[in-house]
Amino acid sequence: MVEDAELVERLRAGDEGAFVTLVDRYHESLVRLATTFVPSPAVAEEVVQETWLGVVRGIERFEGRSSLKTWLYRILVNRARTAGVRERRTVPTDVVEGPTVDPARFDGTGAWSDPPEAWAERAEERLDAEDLAARVRDLIDGLPENQRQVVVLRDVEGASARDACALLDLSEANQRVLLHRGRARLRRMLELEMGKG
Amino acid sequence: MCQQVVELITDYLEGALSGGERARLEAHLAACPHCSEYLAQMRVTIELAGRVEPAALSPAARRDLVHLYRQWQAG
Repeated sequence: MVEDAELVERLRAGDEGAFVTLVDRYHESLVRLATTFVPSPAVAEEVVQETWLGVVRGIERFEGRSSLKTWLYRILVNRARTAGVRERRTVPTDVVEGPTVDPARFDGTGAWSDPPEAWAERAEERLDAEDLAARVRDLIDGLPENQRQVVVLRDVEGASARDACALLDLSEANQRVLLHRGRARLRRMLELEMGKG
Repeated sequence: MCQQVVELITDYLEGALSGGERARLEAHLAACPHCSEYLAQMRVTIELAGRVEPAALSPAARRDLVHLYRQWQAG
């Protein structure tokens, strides 16, 4: 597999093949991230097209201090934020402190009264099962926007906490809260799925 | 205690707990099979999220983008 750094060099030299390889590599990830900012898939595609235009225009200026992927995300987030505002999409900052597990599942001492049924091991064995991964993809789409943005960047795309905070303009603490709430929600939804046997 | 532990799981995984907090949490996990299961479930949830495969780029989308590129090169 050709390294990003080489693709950057080739792109600077006007190599269309390098552009196509980059697009194949990153387009769908960018679309996925864009849909966490804007209301419709069509608008998300437009935002990503604008992003690619920004990439080819800006490739001369890319200094390689961040990874190419982070740089792509930064361009995308800027475009997506503008589009999100244009589409009158408000992004509430959900940092409300509140339990991520139903308090009814604990007794008066704070111990589990309705503990989780064991399914982690079963799920581990099914990690390669396409249906489970596809299901999780759908579940992620159902997360509240700001939780989804963090979960997509951190857990799906593997961005660092620092990059996620910079891209989404969040403090480390806020980012952790959103990540926690998103993950807890996914776990809960999976719990319901796994309970169906 | 369990009710507090479940809220600290992400801080724990992110390495954001103090040494003392982490020690107390791990001591609880060692003694509590329910919270251990909860942690395992969070871990597998994260791992599954990491396995989300992006949809393959459609040929039409690729064509559009190549067209975009050529227009930019020409313009």
